[in-house]
Amino acid sequence: MFYREAGDFKTTYAEDGQTFPIRFDRYRYFAVLIFAFGVVPFMVNDYWANALLLPFLIYAIAAIGLNILVGYCGQVSLGTGGFMAVGAYACYKFMTSFPEVSMFVHVLLAGGVTAVVCVAFGLPSLRIKGFYLAVATLAAQFFLVWLFNRVPWFYNYSASGQINAPEREVLGVIITGPNAPAWATYMFCLVFLTVCALVARNLTRGTVGRSWMAIRDMDIAAEIIGVNPLKAKLTAFAVSGFFIGISGALFFAVYLGAVEVGEAFGISKSFLVLFMVIIGGLGSIFGAFAGAAFLVLLPVVLKVVGVDVLGWPTDIVAHFQLVIVGALIVLFLILEPHGLAQLWRVAKEKLRLWPFPH
Amino acid sequence: MTDVTDSYVTPDGRTIGGVVMEMNNITLRFGGVVAIKDISFNIREGEIRSIIGPNGAGKSSMLNVISGFYVPQEGEVLFHGKKRPPMRPYEVARQGIARTFQNIALFEGMSVLDNVMTGRLNYMKTNIFQQALWKGRAEAEEVENRAVVERIIDFLEIQHIRKTPVARLPYGLKKRVELARALAAEPKLLLLDEPMAGMNVEEKEDMSRFILDVNDEFGTTIALIEHDMGVVMDLSDRVVVMDYGRKIGDGTPAEILSNQAVIDAYLGVSHD
Repeated sequence: MFYREAGDFKTTYAEDGQTFPIRFDRYRYFAVLIFAFGVVPFMVNDYWANALLLPFLIYAIAAIGLNILVGYCGQVSLGTGGFMAVGAYACYKFMTSFPEVSMFVHVLLAGGVTAVVCVAFGLPSLRIKGFYLAVATLAAQFFLVWLFNRVPWFYNYSASGQINAPEREVLGVIITGPNAPAWATYMFCLVFLTVCALVARNLTRGTVGRSWMAIRDMDIAAEIIGVNPLKAKLTAFAVSGFFIGISGALFFAVYLGAVEVGEAFGISKSFLVLFMVIIGGLGSIFGAFAGAAFLVLLPVVLKVVGVDVLGWPTDIVAHFQLVIVGALIVLFLILEPHGLAQLWRVAKEKLRLWPFPH
Repeated sequence: MTDVTDSYVTPDGRTIGGVVMEMNNITLRFGGVVAIKDISFNIREGEIRSIIGPNGAGKSSMLNVISGFYVPQEGEVLFHGKKRPPMRPYEVARQGIARTFQNIALFEGMSVLDNVMTGRLNYMKTNIFQQALWKGRAEAEEVENRAVVERIIDFLEIQHIRKTPVARLPYGLKKRVELARALAAEPKLLLLDEPMAGMNVEEKEDMSRFILDVNDEFGTTIALIEHDMGVVMDLSDRVVVMDYGRKIGDGTPAEILSNQAVIDAYLGVSHD
């Protein structure tokens, strides 16, 4: 009944190659966009923005970035936390050095700086693969956190060693700092997420994406067909770093406001984003959204159910949360190794013929 | 057959041109193992050239030398009369040499269409920023190359599985998709490593027909390794026979069939 392609004829290759080839899917996508841009900003309050929406939007950007590297290009990375820190500190330095420039520019530049750093740490991928590469990127994680802790220039010699986001505006609306309205921070992150998702989709459906996937699936054959492995891997690192840098900058400037690098961008952040990618579905942009939503929503839902509905003590609920999230991850990997995105695909195929499957 | 440099016409009416690829005194060693020992032969434009021999004779190594995956310790490779310097496989691909693999080397996570589209990579000129924008140059280029790919998909009769993930396909179709991917590059020289291994008679017949059609319609020069002697002798214009890394025979199928060294080493005699 839903997701039917019957009667929806494609007469050009451009039509056949569009992002949502099924008409129902396309309308649903536009409906979500209209809701996110036209309805949510008028309803959002500080609690919703800070507990759910901002972390979801920001982690979704990071998950898209990591998915490009791990899911599309097959290069395992455990350095996400460190690369997010690069984005955050780059953004901080730009914000404090050029206060009059728009935050849009700062965040984009922070992404650019992270892309360069990410490429530098991606160089070992030309010689090593799999677990060994994971260990090499782990080194990036520890080195970068150490660097931002030890070199005072990065935190402008502040006494606490923290970085604090000063108040900055976009088009006259305050975006960062404690006085920023919830709708503005939400819209700011939403615009970045939308653009990042579109760019990621465009890259992965075309030549660049195919050379990434060729490297992922069989690197030797890819090279014999004409993929330059150096170029493919390093562009994946660059694009991935760009997105992760943007998410790091937003995470610091818009969401947290003040950051201590070891706490905000430690190894647990790398794993969190990696879990989002794996649970959401490797090699799927929808998967990045689903994984981010799952891991951001789940703790909140568990807390609401445990504390507010069942009336349990907060600390017990907090511990249960960890146990349940852990168990769900294991369960997921066993039952559906291709993640939520695969569940969604199967559901779509079922819905196509529902309720008369014969 | 003597090595004439000018072109000639085969009995079935195809024109065979001059030499496109020349291997001169190639020696390839892996540590102490000599995989190829002092082999010379050439491939002429428009011909179907077979390399045969027992297992471990060095046939696949020879193909890997041609496709740039191995660099021989001695000898030289001449392509269009020019000596080819040692280069990476993707640079060789850019010169118009495409190949298929003995053990299918498709990209399992991608659809058939995407797999064949990867064959067009060398024709894609837009940069990453144009790709990110998509509308405009990138989309136009995608559509142009899609049209070429669709022609090849039609030619190999795999339209019905266009959007299927490769991992779901049976063996015979995978072989065909791999041929499609190699053809998508519109190669001047096509290398086929055991294109009929593990196939039943009908599939072999289909594949033979495709190979002949490719050669006939696109004028592609083909070098292939195959163990089915019936197929080899029917398809080939000339055959090279290898054994223990050496060349023991080179000539038309008829010459090979009557070559005593080849009969002793590989073909054998029937005992009926």
